[in-house]
Amino acid sequence: MDFPKIKSEAVADWERFRNNQKTHILVGTATCGRAAGAIDVLDTLMQKIEQRGIDAEIAQVGCMGHCYAEPLVIISKPGSPAIIYGYVTTGMASVLVDNCLLKDDPCLEFALGALEENELIPTIYDMPRFEYENRLILRNCGDIDPQNINHYIVNGGYAALESIFKMTQEDVIDQIKKSGLRGRGGGGFSTGQKWEITKNAGGKSTYVICNADEGDPGAFMDRAVLESDPHSVIEGMIIAAYAVGAAQGYVYVRAEYPLAVETVQHAIDQAKDMGFLGQSIMGSKFNFEIEVFRGSGAFVCGEETALIASIEGKRGMPHNRPPYPATEGLFGMPTVVNNVKTFATVPLIIENGADWFSAIGTESSKGTAVFALAGKVVNTGLVEVPMGTTLRNVINDVGGGVPHHKKFKAVQIGGPSGGCLPESALDLPVDFDSLKEAGAIFGSGGMVVLDEDNCMVEAARYFLDFTQKESCGKCTMCRLGTKHMLDMLQEIVNGNGKMEYLELLTDLAEDIEEGSLCALGKTAPNPVLTTLRYFHDEYEAHIIEKRCPALQCKNLIAYYILPDKCERSCDACVGVCTAEAIFSGKKRIKVVDQDKCVKCDTCVAACPPEYNAIIRMSPASSVPETEKRPEKAKK
Amino acid sequence: MAQKKVKLTIDGQKVEAKPGDMILWAALDSDIFIPNLCAIKEKEHPQTGCRLCFVEIEGRDKPVTACSEPVAEGMVVTTDSERIDRIRHTAFELLMSNHNVDCANCSKNKSCALQDISAKLKFKLKSKRLPSIVRMLPIDDSHPLFTYDPNKCVLCGKCVWACEKMGAGELQFAFRGIDTVISTLGGVPLVDSECKGCLDCVSVCPVGALVPHKT
Ligand SMILES: Cc1cc2nc3c(=O)[nH]c(=O)nc-3n(C[C@H](O)[C@H](O)[C@H](O)COP(=O)(O)O)c2cc1C
Ligand code: FES
Repeated sequence: MDFPKIKSEAVADWERFRNNQKTHILVGTATCGRAAGAIDVLDTLMQKIEQRGIDAEIAQVGCMGHCYAEPLVIISKPGSPAIIYGYVTTGMASVLVDNCLLKDDPCLEFALGALEENELIPTIYDMPRFEYENRLILRNCGDIDPQNINHYIVNGGYAALESIFKMTQEDVIDQIKKSGLRGRGGGGFSTGQKWEITKNAGGKSTYVICNADEGDPGAFMDRAVLESDPHSVIEGMIIAAYAVGAAQGYVYVRAEYPLAVETVQHAIDQAKDMGFLGQSIMGSKFNFEIEVFRGSGAFVCGEETALIASIEGKRGMPHNRPPYPATEGLFGMPTVVNNVKTFATVPLIIENGADWFSAIGTESSKGTAVFALAGKVVNTGLVEVPMGTTLRNVINDVGGGVPHHKKFKAVQIGGPSGGCLPESALDLPVDFDSLKEAGAIFGSGGMVVLDEDNCMVEAARYFLDFTQKESCGKCTMCRLGTKHMLDMLQEIVNGNGKMEYLELLTDLAEDIEEGSLCALGKTAPNPVLTTLRYFHDEYEAHIIEKRCPALQCKNLIAYYILPDKCERSCDACVGVCTAEAIFSGKKRIKVVDQDKCVKCDTCVAACPPEYNAIIRMSPASSVPETEKRPEKAKK
Repeated sequence: MAQKKVKLTIDGQKVEAKPGDMILWAALDSDIFIPNLCAIKEKEHPQTGCRLCFVEIEGRDKPVTACSEPVAEGMVVTTDSERIDRIRHTAFELLMSNHNVDCANCSKNKSCALQDISAKLKFKLKSKRLPSIVRMLPIDDSHPLFTYDPNKCVLCGKCVWACEKMGAGELQFAFRGIDTVISTLGGVPLVDSECKGCLDCVSVCPVGALVPHKT
């Protein structure tokens, strides 16, 4: 293989993509963009450009991280700064073509910011989030065309791979060990150590598996990396394979990620065509193949032993560890299982050195953390910050805080079996160990922000409902223990809870943690334990006062129309109430018939904001006595 | 060449076992009781599903399942401590809360592993703190030779192993969470499955879930 030649060809290709002589348009078409309508925007742009006979290159890139503002379009015209536009609709796309491309109006009203310094508008790097963000794992995401291997190569891709062939297997493992890299799949085990154990296990054959099951609801970091920069993961896997002496690798992607599956497969084919995969890789004596395996989509299949069972064609059920996959994994052979982000980090460490990497982050957790910010936060989307950044910085500065002037209540970290941490924990540095100490887990990197309108008992119930349904059913603790806990939580949110439940919940939680077969069960009680620890008063309010402080639990609230706020001649609430529970009382003031109300919340939304006359009250019994529906209207 | 035996201590008693043997078998062979429902000696990988066989090992900070922990020279094992009793009692209560306790009418009465554990460890068959969550699912009595009662099943997986071992592989775990059951392939009634009627599953069932028809 002639790598210098490949590189210079890649440069030429990149120049065509990014030169300044021509107008370039980039559209973010990862799944997050598509869900917001990016494909329609792309189609409109292409049609319009053709109609108008404009000479412009249009290309698709992956996730840019600003998922809250999807669809995103970047336009760079010769002579003007590149500008990123957000919330682009097909209508806006037409306007952009006519006004920005055809004429010279940069349409700043649609712009999020510029990508380079200029005199017109601030750059997006002036946003507070960029003070904290450090995009290593997401280094290329949204900047390159994931379908084009040249784009990866130009940005330093496969240089790390080239350099390892001058190193021994032990050298590679040493570098990774020295870097302090810990697995990004949740457990945080030392990656170098895992590779070393695998290599020394001395099996007849050895495997490398990339875990891209990502079953956590709301998490999409791994999907974004695979869809936006697949070669970074592939390169990491090849380096791992070299280090442990594996000839076969698998990327285990959930079948619900069709675009990721397609993108990775395409990238594998390209890498193979160019000699980065397959026989005698880059001219060396090393051979390695990668196959994409589509998972069935069960959450538990992300657990490494269940994942391996699933590839072997068995039911995705975890088994006892030891034996760990590192010594007895796929088909009984030593197997490295690492997360997508772990692999994507590896080439950077090889390229820049272990010391460079270990200088980022905290004492025990090196490098960066990627989070999928979701829930009650302004800037939902992907965030990458150095380990050790505080939760407050992530949520308020990068995430832009809680919208609509609502009060922050909790942040749920680590996926469905993570913990809910309160305001007082916001100064915690995000790393593997401090999160664990606070009762949460690093987990997959899901981060859901909850505000004053979220009931913490209901939140715990919601997450436990998920883990109970996803329990593989093999072990008693997880299958039945979480069911009993869930039943109690359900009773509490229904208003039938008893104080002795709280002790039983804690006792069961501790036993499930200690006695479960796999980490699904061991961590499932976390949402309950943390809410009991930090939001005990909400449990008590539900049980003792039958009151839901967040006014969320249906059984504990009632709707009330404030007579002095009701506009009387407006019938909006009456009109939308499908249960026919609202009637016009004396002086046409609207009244809720509590017996008929199904608590659908539609009337609250319908009541014009200038009146704001409908409120939720808890306990339900606290609603003032209202007049009864007149007999004749009752019928 | 005979392998050298491993010497260990279980509950203060000196015990010898073959290298690679699990603690559970070493203990049972020496008449030391450790509750268990899912362990099968010949099975290559222990099921570790019932969570009853916890023991403590000196020097380890966490209890381990005896069915999956190999013996080691000089190992000191405790099968009964406050900590062990708490976990296995909870596991037992959980199993019983989802078990249709109807001993008087059960053909496994007096030969049931649950009754045995209950008697030996003085655990009540009906839990005081956990309500019964038995769902009273339909019983499959379609087969001419035996019956499957999911309301008595503890999902130990022994029947799945037995069926696979004899080459039929008809019995499988199906569904997830509380809905997990033992099912035939495709969920057909037993009589319509490829069951060859060997009754191996019935003979390994520790409880009254798989029982021969009363004659
Ligand atoms: C219920 C459950 C689900 C999991 N899901 C994932 C997943 O989606 N992706 C992942 O990388 N690891 C997941 N893990 C962790 C894996 O078992 C394993 O530790 C990880 O893939 C190792 O990679 P790492 O060392 O790079 O973190 C899960 C674990 C459990 C218990
Ligand atoms: S006998 Fe060990 S877990 Fe069931």
